[in-house]
Amino acid sequence: MAKYIGKRLLYMLLSLWMIVTATFFFMRIAPGNPFASEKKLPPEIEANLNAHFGLDKPWYAQYWEYLVRIVNWDFGPSFKYKSQTVNDLINEGFPVSFLLGMEAIFIAVAVGVLLGIIAALKHNRWPDYTAMIVAVLGISVPSFIMASFLQYFLAIKMGIFPVARWETFMHSVLPAVALASTPMAFIARLTRSSMLEVLANDYIKTAKSKGLSRGVITVKHTIRNALLPVVTYMGPLTAGILTGSFVIERIFGIPGLGAHFVTSINNRDYTVIMGVTVFYSILLLVSILLVDIAYGIIDPRIKLAGGKKGE
Amino acid sequence: MEKLLEVKNLEVSFQTYGGTVKAVRGVSFDLHKGETLAIVGESGSGKSVTSQSIMKLIPMPPGRISGGQILLSGEDIVPKTEKQMEKIRGKEISMIFQDPMTSLNPTMRVGTQIMEVLIKHQNMSKTDAKNRAIELLRLVGIPMPEKRVNQYPHEFSGGMRQRAMIAIALAANPKLLIADEPTTALDVTIQAQILELMKDLQNKMDTSIIFITHDLGVVANVADRVAVMYAGQIVEMGTVDEIFYDPRHPYTWGLLASMPSLENDEKAELAAIPGTPPDLTDPPKGDAFAARNQYALAIDFEEEPPMFQISETHFAKTWLLHPDAPKVEPPEAVKKRMRQLSSTFEKPVVVKEGK
Ligand SMILES: Nc1ncnc2c1ncn2[C@@H]1O[C@H](COP(=O)(O)OP(=O)(O)O)[C@@H](O)[C@H]1O
Ligand code: SF4
Ligand SMILES: [Mg+2]
Repeated sequence: MAKYIGKRLLYMLLSLWMIVTATFFFMRIAPGNPFASEKKLPPEIEANLNAHFGLDKPWYAQYWEYLVRIVNWDFGPSFKYKSQTVNDLINEGFPVSFLLGMEAIFIAVAVGVLLGIIAALKHNRWPDYTAMIVAVLGISVPSFIMASFLQYFLAIKMGIFPVARWETFMHSVLPAVALASTPMAFIARLTRSSMLEVLANDYIKTAKSKGLSRGVITVKHTIRNALLPVVTYMGPLTAGILTGSFVIERIFGIPGLGAHFVTSINNRDYTVIMGVTVFYSILLLVSILLVDIAYGIIDPRIKLAGGKKGE
Repeated sequence: MEKLLEVKNLEVSFQTYGGTVKAVRGVSFDLHKGETLAIVGESGSGKSVTSQSIMKLIPMPPGRISGGQILLSGEDIVPKTEKQMEKIRGKEISMIFQDPMTSLNPTMRVGTQIMEVLIKHQNMSKTDAKNRAIELLRLVGIPMPEKRVNQYPHEFSGGMRQRAMIAIALAANPKLLIADEPTTALDVTIQAQILELMKDLQNKMDTSIIFITHDLGVVANVADRVAVMYAGQIVEMGTVDEIFYDPRHPYTWGLLASMPSLENDEKAELAAIPGTPPDLTDPPKGDAFAARNQYALAIDFEEEPPMFQISETHFAKTWLLHPDAPKVEPPEAVKKRMRQLSSTFEKPVVVKEGK
């Protein structure tokens, strides 16, 4: 197990390095530069700025400096917000995004799994059809449209929730639901098909032939096994929530990392773009690793490669 | 002997898009205490549906027991509710399925899967159940049961899994064990071991067994009586001797002729029965076997034959036993083994319909 995790960590570092490198060079070949926005700067000032941020050095020197910085968990200063470092932005924005993301993941998993289970147990009856209509809507309606709908009906028309901003728990409900809707629908469908597959298995008939009640069979033999694919989906789910949050945070005016990210792309704020990209990549790689480890623990058939053989 | 099970005129059908599949069409048999009845027949003849009906395990819907009675110790289980059936399944009747690779839950420890039965039916505590599970594993011949009890099915070989299934099935000392092709998925040596184990345990526990197989070859070793099924009906039933040495139904002849055996292996052409079983959505008029039967008479395509009784224990459903039927010779492979059994009646008698 330790060996397996060590190996995985090594691969993670490798992927990270590739991501950092790719981001670095993409940023360089992207047209424009951070100071070339509204009005043309006098050449002396631009040269000064470039010198200040080290942009006058040859690319390999810049690249090397950047790598060293990242290893030290220092993403450098923001080009645009003079007094802030990228680390400041992350420290400030990430807790907000994290809270929103967790809420969304919770909604997606809890509601999705519940819908999926109900649909499978009432296969081809109205609860099944209802759940699947909800799922199709959730998958086909993009989250920003969902967000506008929620804002219009639940906030503006009915006044149940605040329209935007990030203050109380009530403020977080609509963005979390909007963010969760697509993955929730996906999880519902996944759970349903996985439940149906498990229910058709011979061992369910065995369980029935032992005299176990429907409830016991559903809980102990069906749901547990049916949820294994959902666990695998947690990796892509995290990625989906991360990227979804860019848009949702903007729409709801939430001061999270996603919102900063979008702003920094518009501003060509190199260091922020790169810093946040690297930060998100680390987050994603770690969550995928955690999911794989969790899966190995839940499903006894999976032996994490590199672990003890046999046994 | 005491009758444990009486199946009377059982009819089971499935509602499908293509129409109603009449999978079981009037099956009757009984089973005594401690006795082993083999049910043989080609795949699709309704063996599994018949046996699963006895535990009411067929999926309803689309399945439906559309007629008949299933008397367990004299009590009809057909009208029983699911809740009532839970007390019978695993306790009075239990079942072993064909594929040991898929009939155990892959994410649950083998021990836990045995303990479930004990906790449900014997009101055992967890600790007692675990100890009993270890004992049961030892009983079915699994080495190092203390270690095995904590393992998962994927750590067991096919034969070991089937042994574990037997342990589960016998955990609550059922009166009836139904084994639905329990050795079909196993290789030959393992097959023999499992059969040996089942016989051994039957002697110890005095369980009745319904043994389902499509292979007549294994029947002689395990069964007391044999029922031959075709297209949802029992077409011949008798003691092992009667079926092997004095078969009367052309379908049984076909099965026997296609059975590899020690005596006639030199140049016996393993004559598989030509053709395929009929579509049970719309069973043919007359005898269901007529279209594949080289001995078929004109009447076979018109009218279903009645059940004839050849001895106290021997029944066959074929017009060939009618006094007016022409005399026909069974195939060579079968004829060689035919012998006169003392118990045979002077003349076959028609069994009253709807007995
Ligand atoms: N769930 C089901 N739905 C529709 N038809 C079924 C179902 N189960 C069994 N049958 C039909 O019942 C017939 C008998 O099947 P089965 O008892 O499994 O045969 P055997 O066990 O002898 O091979 C087959 O024709 C099969 O198609
Ligand atoms: S009744 Fe006719 S068709 Fe059926 S088995 Fe007998 S001879 Fe063949
Ligand atoms: Mg079968």
